[in-house]
Amino acid sequence: MKNPQLTNRAHLATTGPMDRNERGKRWPTRRGASALGLLVGGTMALGGCISVNAPDKPIVIELNINIKQEVVYRLAADAGNTIQDNPDIF
Amino acid sequence: MMPLREQTRRKPAMLLAGAAVLAALTLAAPASAQQRDPAYAAARANGQVGEGADGYLGFPAAPSPEIRHMAEDINIKRRAVYADKAEAQKATIDDYAFTAGCLAIQRTAPGEKYEGPDGKWYTRTAAPPLLDSRCPKGAPPAQ
Repeated sequence: MKNPQLTNRAHLATTGPMDRNERGKRWPTRRGASALGLLVGGTMALGGCISVNAPDKPIVIELNINIKQEVVYRLAADAGNTIQDNPDIF
Repeated sequence: MMPLREQTRRKPAMLLAGAAVLAALTLAAPASAQQRDPAYAAARANGQVGEGADGYLGFPAAPSPEIRHMAEDINIKRRAVYADKAEAQKATIDDYAFTAGCLAIQRTAPGEKYEGPDGKWYTRTAAPPLLDSRCPKGAPPAQ
């Protein structure tokens, strides 16, 4: 496969298919790839403009208003008739 | 209702007269022959009474005893109508009154007073009135 004596202090000129986890490898290993991913992800996080802050007040949903509005819409036509039918008090 | 009954017990003739008037009014109602009482119409035009946001007449300024009595009388009649109609619609009296108030404010004439969503009294102009956000939107009902 390889003969250290031939290359001595230099790295191997070629990397065999089975030798990718050894020093002097030519192709990135899985560890190298994940490091690269971290770097890219970190850059995007720093460069992105979206920042989400937790609200300091409790989130209140005003359900009563929605319910009342629905009722008012339902009653509008009838109330209009009522007003027209009672012109002495409206 | 109790004072009325006591009053009528003392004056049976008034009861008959009252019943006759009531019957006449009831018969006349479907024909929509009723109109505003002149005193009521004048009080509206003068701004002595205004349409409240709650569906009842209110007083933009402190009223005279006569005006107060007249408006409260109308409000009692309105409440009776609201109660009747609200029951038929399976709604609360207050919700029905509020809806009618929205519509009543919309059909105020320029110069009349109405209560805005902030509780203050405004004079109606040719522009649309200030309405509560819960009021139904769309074309105001015909006069």
